[in-house]
Amino acid sequence: MAIAREAEPVGSFSEVREAGLDREDLLGIYRSMVMTRGIEERGHILYRQGKIPGSFYTGRGNEAASVGIATAMGSEDVGTPLHRDMGVHVVRGVEPWRIFAQYMGRADGPTRGRDGNVHMADVNLGLIAMVSHLPAMLPVAVGCALAFRIRDERRVSVGWFGEGASARGDCHEAMTLAGVRKLPVVFVCDNNQWAYSTPTHLEFATDHVADRAEAYGFEGIVVDGTDVLAVYREAKRAIEKAREGRGPTLIESVTLRMEGHAVHDDAFYVPKEMMERWAESDPLERFRTWLRVNAEMTDSEEDEISAEVKRALNEALRRAEESPLPDVSTLTEGVYASAEDLDTPHHK
Amino acid sequence: MAELTYLQAISDGLRTEMRRDKRVFVIGEDVGVYGGAFKVTLGFQEEFGHWRVLDAPLAETAIVGACTGAAIMGMRPVAEMQFADFISCAWDHLVTVAAKQRYRAGTPVPITVRLPSGGGFSGGPFHSQNPESSFAHIPGLKCVCPATPEDAKGLLISAIEDPNPVLYFEHKHLYRRIKGEVPEERYTIPLGKARTHREGDDISLITWGAMVHTADEAAQQLDSDGVSVEIIDLRTVMPWDKAAVLESARKTSKVLVLHEDTRTGGFGAEIAATIAEEAFEDLDGPVKRIAAPDTPVPFSPPLEKAFIPQVDGVVAGLRDLAEY
Repeated sequence: MAIAREAEPVGSFSEVREAGLDREDLLGIYRSMVMTRGIEERGHILYRQGKIPGSFYTGRGNEAASVGIATAMGSEDVGTPLHRDMGVHVVRGVEPWRIFAQYMGRADGPTRGRDGNVHMADVNLGLIAMVSHLPAMLPVAVGCALAFRIRDERRVSVGWFGEGASARGDCHEAMTLAGVRKLPVVFVCDNNQWAYSTPTHLEFATDHVADRAEAYGFEGIVVDGTDVLAVYREAKRAIEKAREGRGPTLIESVTLRMEGHAVHDDAFYVPKEMMERWAESDPLERFRTWLRVNAEMTDSEEDEISAEVKRALNEALRRAEESPLPDVSTLTEGVYASAEDLDTPHHK
Repeated sequence: MAELTYLQAISDGLRTEMRRDKRVFVIGEDVGVYGGAFKVTLGFQEEFGHWRVLDAPLAETAIVGACTGAAIMGMRPVAEMQFADFISCAWDHLVTVAAKQRYRAGTPVPITVRLPSGGGFSGGPFHSQNPESSFAHIPGLKCVCPATPEDAKGLLISAIEDPNPVLYFEHKHLYRRIKGEVPEERYTIPLGKARTHREGDDISLITWGAMVHTADEAAQQLDSDGVSVEIIDLRTVMPWDKAAVLESARKTSKVLVLHEDTRTGGFGAEIAATIAEEAFEDLDGPVKRIAAPDTPVPFSPPLEKAFIPQVDGVVAGLRDLAEY
């Protein structure tokens, strides 16, 4: 039996206004979603061109979830987005050319070629770089919230995980600590229904991952992760609740993985009907339609956004391709931090 | 100067930093009301409040992981593992996240993890280990192993100040057994700088932590044989003071490496290999190791005594080398 609250979809423009978004915000959200998909589509091309070493991961189908949450965050809030959450980096303002440089292992990627794909983040944008082990970043997100609580700052931390990673101990430990201390943290589960090839009924035995929240002493919410406005509304509520000192929330965003686990995986194990259903609920298409029906997005506005994103991505690719490969003589540099490294906004 | 036990010196160092720097906070199991299993933080919660001395759930990954997040947000967290052995539960976090964050993402993680380590009181397999070599093997982590009260305070302050994840191995058997003069003011001792515990000419004995005291007793016995033993206390095994070890090895031409951790893959192997590589021509004998055998730490007193290197064994090892 489900315990978590199941969030209603967002219907009209007036509801959206109540949630604090005007028409310009909506077009901005759409632009971020188009940019997110565009970055990953271009990444795919780079991969096929043999320009990306290793494997390549995308969050196709997760754009509404990632953009919706990130849009609800305040500028001083922080988070630990994962490999399906490119939209968070986009909303926080990462420059796309640096993402392409990262994909290609170039010196100007955020990790300077030390790490690959979406294992990156700009701490100056309030994001902390993920590791492969999931949900290893949840305790880190809780620690950010602990720092805010100790210093009595009205800031919130957002920690992402997948439904597959919800099986691990880190998840339980992080939520336990956050619950007992009522820390200003929002846990976001991108439930894309597959942990590599393993379906949800073999990952957890409750109806929802969010059902667990009650056991940790806070609220659990299930939201349709293809509905960017519903995701935004629920994230905004949870973030502001945390900011007011009313503790954590677990938002389970039920989303889609429209591609394999990574580029090497053709996802043969996902039933054909499911893929077809997913294609019909493509979050980008869903929001585009909503904007046309409810916010009167015009052809020219839509074309302008597409053209602007295309121009930005062309320019970003050009700049990334110019970025050099890392200098091998720097291989052993930077294993240990020096005192000057603490000269960041967070350490002031 | 005040005469403090090793344990009091650790408390003093921690208190000094917490009074000086509001970013420093303590989190661990039973560190608040109870003052920690060994009472290092006794009275801290009264002085610094509930949000700077946090009793945590029994969740080592959350404790150390939260320290990482707080550190990235500008704090200087100090985690206490109730016993060093329990760091195995946070191994993944330390090795996967904390150790690698600076190299791959450019994000420093200034955390200190205090680890009551070592045996000698029938703690058994899960309350007696010395896991420093496992962590010294992980690029990005630092490992500190003080042997004296003065070093315990100064090295702890340096660990907290350091912009990296530092594992601070405090030897439980030294807590109340060792006393020494400790400056009352704040001072630091650089990480990676060894201390010559005892000067000598005939054999270099390289060690750290509680074994410094075992080495000292053994060296005194060798005096009556007319053999002068130099003891180098590494203080920190990562970074380790290679220059000081090589200098001593070149001076005496004979080296014994001693540690309480088990033998195979212990940090002594790294030291012996380095001496063999870089000071081979200066040696008059093989580099000798004395360490615990490759077993878990046994519980029963005679077994544990046979496990942990004792003065007699070190004396015998030194005599073998002297006669070589």
